[in-house]
Amino acid sequence: MAKRIDDFKIVDNKRLTEDLFILELEGNDSISEFKPGQFVQVRVDESPGTFLRRPISIHDVDYKRNTFKLLIQTAGQGTIKLSELSAGDSLNLIYPLGNSFSDPGQGERILLVGGGVGIAPLLFMGKHLLSIGYRPDWLLGFRSRERTIDLEDYRQIGNVFLTTEDGSAGEKGYVTNHSVLEEKRYDRVYCCGPDPMMKAVASYCSRKGINCEVSLENLMACGIGICLCCIVTTVKGNICTCTDGPVFNITELKW
Amino acid sequence: MVNLGFSIGNLHFKNPVLTASGTCGFGPELDDFIDISSLGGLVVKGTTMEPREGNPYPRMAETPSGMLNAVGLQNKGIDNFEKNIYPVISKYDTNIIVNVNGSNIEDYVALSARLDRLDKIAAIELNISCPNVKKGGMIFGTNLDSAREVTRAVRAAYSKILIVKLSPNVTNIVDFARVVEEEGADSVSLINTLLGMSIDIAGMKPSLSTITGGLSGPAIKPVALRMVWQVARAVKIPVMGMGGIMTWSDAVEFFLAGAAAVQVGTATFIDPQAPVKILEGLENYLSQKGFSDIKDIVGYINRRK
Repeated sequence: MAKRIDDFKIVDNKRLTEDLFILELEGNDSISEFKPGQFVQVRVDESPGTFLRRPISIHDVDYKRNTFKLLIQTAGQGTIKLSELSAGDSLNLIYPLGNSFSDPGQGERILLVGGGVGIAPLLFMGKHLLSIGYRPDWLLGFRSRERTIDLEDYRQIGNVFLTTEDGSAGEKGYVTNHSVLEEKRYDRVYCCGPDPMMKAVASYCSRKGINCEVSLENLMACGIGICLCCIVTTVKGNICTCTDGPVFNITELKW
Repeated sequence: MVNLGFSIGNLHFKNPVLTASGTCGFGPELDDFIDISSLGGLVVKGTTMEPREGNPYPRMAETPSGMLNAVGLQNKGIDNFEKNIYPVISKYDTNIIVNVNGSNIEDYVALSARLDRLDKIAAIELNISCPNVKKGGMIFGTNLDSAREVTRAVRAAYSKILIVKLSPNVTNIVDFARVVEEEGADSVSLINTLLGMSIDIAGMKPSLSTITGGLSGPAIKPVALRMVWQVARAVKIPVMGMGGIMTWSDAVEFFLAGAAAVQVGTATFIDPQAPVKILEGLENYLSQKGFSDIKDIVGYINRRK
């Protein structure tokens, strides 16, 4: 799929928690097809401290309405600026970027593991899995009840198992401590979240012989494979997260 | 009609806007966004004799109006270039220039000699200014004797157009430009990145794995412009200007200061169409100012009124 640079119109900016929000964008032209796991490079205008674009995962797509959603966490000046946008504002994107999660094998039992804003690409993947006949389970981790988003969309797709670090919702601790990992068997895990979480999940999957893909969030400059800044060390050497990833099978990574 | 063409020695460029090395991959990465053949030239990613993995992650830090990088010349080596990349980029109808790197003079010479045999490589850009490698690179570009020695050796081994890319991390860049001109360089390109640093205060550690890195982007434009102006007045060979050019108006400043051509670098990270937009804007500027030739504005500010 050819990469494009286009302006999009913001149709909604919805606050989910103190630091998470969803921008819904509408294409002026008909939007290119996205694959679950892909991302866009967002240009942040009128934010003097923000020089580079910000890579953001595709959270959800609605081709009928020609819209898609980005789930974003406010982390610095760039994302704070994005959080202040409102319906009618314009946003310039390079898209679609990166590879995608691979489809599971027939009859495989699937677990989608997300931590914080790392759930962003997983909702799109969950909806895709449902559309091709799977009922994946969710294992989602947040800091606390206040920082947990409304999980209704996720429950529509499969069972939701929840952890919070302070125990204010779901089981207390990290996702890798959740009892479901002892009680149920899975054949395939798709994971996105902070690096330490993904490394812990990858380690669990390696031990159990579970096929596992992770979506990395390395620092990026260009997003199109020309700066070689977002590299990850793999069995094939240093390769770009933006073009060879962001999704990697854990067997490829030298973690 | 505005004539945008210019020449370095016997090599004609259809226009004076090129991509800068390390910011355009090998060219095909930009095919979805621009027609590379519409540009004056394509300066491909820094290449070495042997494959290099570059520096560990993290290699990039955003800074006010710019960015630091510490890529460290990651590339798959000349064998891979010749076998897998050269046949693909030979299709571009523009001057293809390879950015040449080495750890020692022998490497620079061997690589230049290899590239001399490739018909579609119109020129080399001798990179004696990479700040992100432990051996070679900027070490050659910050010592006058080394700069002289490597330029002389490469000149003897390379028959086509030789451009030397200068480091700004020196006391007087003019001295370096003069030395490489004396040794037979056909052109100088400047500036490479400025050595810089950033610290992650949450983690209380350097932002880059290498601690220091190369600063690029609009933050360095005034420094680059000053150096281009100084060098253009001091040498007779054409000067390629670069450093923080984001828009056509930035490019115009470099021409007015004395650059015969410009390279667009970091801007391409944010807008992959930047090189083409800059070319279009430059042409419009010349038309509106009533100039029929880009040469009419090169070094304009230095002319007696």
